[in-house]
Amino acid sequence: MSYLDLLKFASPEAVVVLTALAVLSIGLMAKRSATGCAIVAVLGIVIAIGAILLLPPNETLFGGMLVISPLTSLFKIICLALACFTILLTQAEKAPRHLGEYLALVLLGTVGLMLLVGSEELLMIFIGLELLGLSLYVLAAFDKTDARSAEAGLKYFLFGSTSSAFTLFGISLIYGMTGTTVLSQIAVKLATTSVQPLLAVAIVMTLVGFAFKIAAAPFHLWAPDAYQGAPVPSAAFIASGSKVASFVVLGKIVFIGFSPMHGSSGWHAMVAGWSPVLAALAALSIVVGNLVALAQSNVRRLLAYSAVAHAGYTLIGFVAGDREGFSAALFYTTVYAVTLVGAFGVVGVVRRETGGDDFSNFSGLASRSPLLAGCMVIFMLSLAGIPPLAGFFGKFYLFSAALHAGANHALLWLVALGLVGSFVSLYYYLLVLKAIFVDASSLPVAEAKEQVRPDLMQRGTVAALAAAIIFLGVMPNVLASRILAAIP
Amino acid sequence: MIAWTIYLTFGGAVLLLVLPREFARWIALLATISGLALGTLAFVGMPISNLAHFTTIVRVPWVPALGMNYHLALDGVSLTMVLVTGISAVSTVLFSWDVEYRQNEFFFWLLLVVGGCYGVFLSADLFLLFVFYELVIVPKYFLIAIFGSTNKEYGAMKLTLYSFFGGMFVFIGILVAYVSGGSLDLNQLSQFEFSPQLQSWAFPVLFFGFVVLAGIWPLHTWAPTGHAAAPTAGSMLLAGIVMKLGSYAALRVAMNLFPQGFQIWSKWIAVLAVIGIVYAAAVALRQRDLKFVIGYSSVSHMGFVLLGLATANVLGVSGAVLQMFSHGVIAALLFAVAGRMIYRRTHTRELDALSEMNLSHAMPFAAFTFVVAAAASMGIPGFSGFAAEITILIGAWKTYPVAVWIAGAGIVIVAAFTLRALKLSFFGGKDVQDEVTTATTFRREEFNPITIPEKIGACMLMLTTLAVGVYPKLLLDRIMPAVETMRFLK
Repeated sequence: MSYLDLLKFASPEAVVVLTALAVLSIGLMAKRSATGCAIVAVLGIVIAIGAILLLPPNETLFGGMLVISPLTSLFKIICLALACFTILLTQAEKAPRHLGEYLALVLLGTVGLMLLVGSEELLMIFIGLELLGLSLYVLAAFDKTDARSAEAGLKYFLFGSTSSAFTLFGISLIYGMTGTTVLSQIAVKLATTSVQPLLAVAIVMTLVGFAFKIAAAPFHLWAPDAYQGAPVPSAAFIASGSKVASFVVLGKIVFIGFSPMHGSSGWHAMVAGWSPVLAALAALSIVVGNLVALAQSNVRRLLAYSAVAHAGYTLIGFVAGDREGFSAALFYTTVYAVTLVGAFGVVGVVRRETGGDDFSNFSGLASRSPLLAGCMVIFMLSLAGIPPLAGFFGKFYLFSAALHAGANHALLWLVALGLVGSFVSLYYYLLVLKAIFVDASSLPVAEAKEQVRPDLMQRGTVAALAAAIIFLGVMPNVLASRILAAIP
Repeated sequence: MIAWTIYLTFGGAVLLLVLPREFARWIALLATISGLALGTLAFVGMPISNLAHFTTIVRVPWVPALGMNYHLALDGVSLTMVLVTGISAVSTVLFSWDVEYRQNEFFFWLLLVVGGCYGVFLSADLFLLFVFYELVIVPKYFLIAIFGSTNKEYGAMKLTLYSFFGGMFVFIGILVAYVSGGSLDLNQLSQFEFSPQLQSWAFPVLFFGFVVLAGIWPLHTWAPTGHAAAPTAGSMLLAGIVMKLGSYAALRVAMNLFPQGFQIWSKWIAVLAVIGIVYAAAVALRQRDLKFVIGYSSVSHMGFVLLGLATANVLGVSGAVLQMFSHGVIAALLFAVAGRMIYRRTHTRELDALSEMNLSHAMPFAAFTFVVAAAASMGIPGFSGFAAEITILIGAWKTYPVAVWIAGAGIVIVAAFTLRALKLSFFGGKDVQDEVTTATTFRREEFNPITIPEKIGACMLMLTTLAVGVYPKLLLDRIMPAVETMRFLK
């Protein structure tokens, strides 16, 4: 293996790193050229996507440290696209003071995402997690003028570093028991061992770190403050890219590494393993997320609690434990990420025009901006799982995979819980839409603030994301068949 | 060709978003009329023998990995429902002719409801059917919450949550059918033998999930509040077609797929249906708001549909389908009079206030329409209501004789509250003949005359109920063969 080969196989990551450095230096040299930085960043992402398309279909380097497979390529592209949308959203924010640094951090976070997605080795995964995490902590605290942003960053950092410690502890135990950090070899070793207390501790500890990243209850406590306080694009990035990559890597760990330790979470047939752990996380997330979201009056906070619930739905796919369940979970989380970036785009515009993101700031949006209101309808209804939007197909796919999995409808309890949860969620999503469409605008003073700068870019991005949600709802096959084909 | 009812309606809805408001009502009218025309063409042109089976019209693979097809089919039952959808939709647009407030949006939501209904009635794929079924509900929320009256946000939210509460059970039922039967194709699934143990619990989950939307007692309470809160067009669509989605899907999906489960549960359905008929009629007797009276009467009439379904014989089930058609027309007519003709002019629906106004002289056409609608609703021979209810009762006589007696008593109460509403609203309390002449001249100037679109819409609905009432064979000839091929019949 020559270095040239390595450079070739890691070219997408390399391109993104170089772009990050380029953006950083442009930001340093030309302080005023905010658009220039963004253009370079977007260009870099496009080149990186091109580089991914040129990679060979299957390759494993350094015993799984860098893996190229259809699955990793697909999700690297998805993560890059999500990062690209995040960058487009920054354009409409009230001119950030250090845009170069901001975009460079987003790009470095993206490298973290790509490492996470493209690795099947625990140490590399941990490095990816940390690279992503450190970028996101700074991104969350980036708005120096806002105390809430600092709070968001600090909370995210404290919770994040604690859970990283848990994960590292879990990884060290697994290494101690199996003598390897490569997922496929861990599976081979685990196949001959029985579930012993130490292994159970190791599995739970490892999963805790990921439960934190995907904001599953009871490790979700950072989410409301981070979603509400962080700058809007940062929140969108935390909610979308970070989540998708975490689900992909969580799937790899449990499906490849811990595959012999599946266990069972059927109603009458619980068997110890990772599946009951995830089932418990899923059930708790669905209940807690949906019930607490009912009481929110701030849209970003509401989205945060609903994110907890959606993490719960997605975990149902993992609990199902087969190829179809994994595929359904990945489809669902991708759709969810696209939806949330769009929803945060709308929130960003509303925040800029009215100075806040409570329900009252959204009232009368339908008359102020029919386009954004229409897009918000699509995002909210997709989250609630209303056809013909992508969220509905996602739920159908997820729940049917879960019912398929166990004999005699063993997972019906979890599916029923998920359906009750999405029924409850409809109420609070409708409250947002009620504010937008039914309530009269309560902010006459805000007129003067409006239209500071035409933000065609932002509106175009939001509209494109809404169109994507409709498209994926009407033609889900386009994405679903690709994901299913990519999973071995 | 009948598949174009769906495409044209949704196409019209999309057009409404881009064209200026001057065109809004014309696009809506054009879309709904073309839907009705296609339905009528199929009704006239299709040979009756073709309507006995659920015959595929379109079948395109949609998501092959999950076995989903875009699969539309038609038989006599669905054709009848498509027809009533077309009629209600056209008259609804006619009765919303003067909507000025956010009219593009109004007609957009309205066409979404209509298009979704066409979709449900024509779907032959379980997933597709559920997509259309849920698609109908959210536009209803906006239609009521934005454009409604009395307590609209509460009514809209209640209706939506009830619908999705039912939808949740439907979702579980569909998943179970899909996972156990291994297909989403309704024709294939109806051949599949589900295990009796599964049927015994999956049937009620699916059936009661669907009939929440049909207003089954005791889950009917969304209907009166929703009807009262909705704008006229909303109540007409809601009572006219949306409530039928529930009973239609219960028949097409729940009863067809799980016949053994249906055998177990049919008597309980009959019990709930009869309670609904009598209870809702009795409650309607005491209402002060005209729309609440009609709202409860809808629940009562839908009780007949459920009773017909519960009989599990050709006559009863065919009668139920006929009643769906008949009630769709009659309820639309009643709400048109109450919401559009009366409320828009007098700004009240309180029966006490209306009885002071002597409306029969002020609005003779409205009075005439309401008399016809009331007669049809009471089940006077010669109108479609009679034809449908008598068919149901004859069917029920074979299976549940006791239910026939109680439902018969229900019909008497229906007549009582309808007459009460008729008397209080149009032929108010004043007996003194001298006052009438002076009041007449005074009142006639006060209210705007009934407009041409209103007259066309009302005449259309009246003629339909009369035509079906005089010659029910027109529909029954197409419904009964289709029902005969269904599997659950005893």
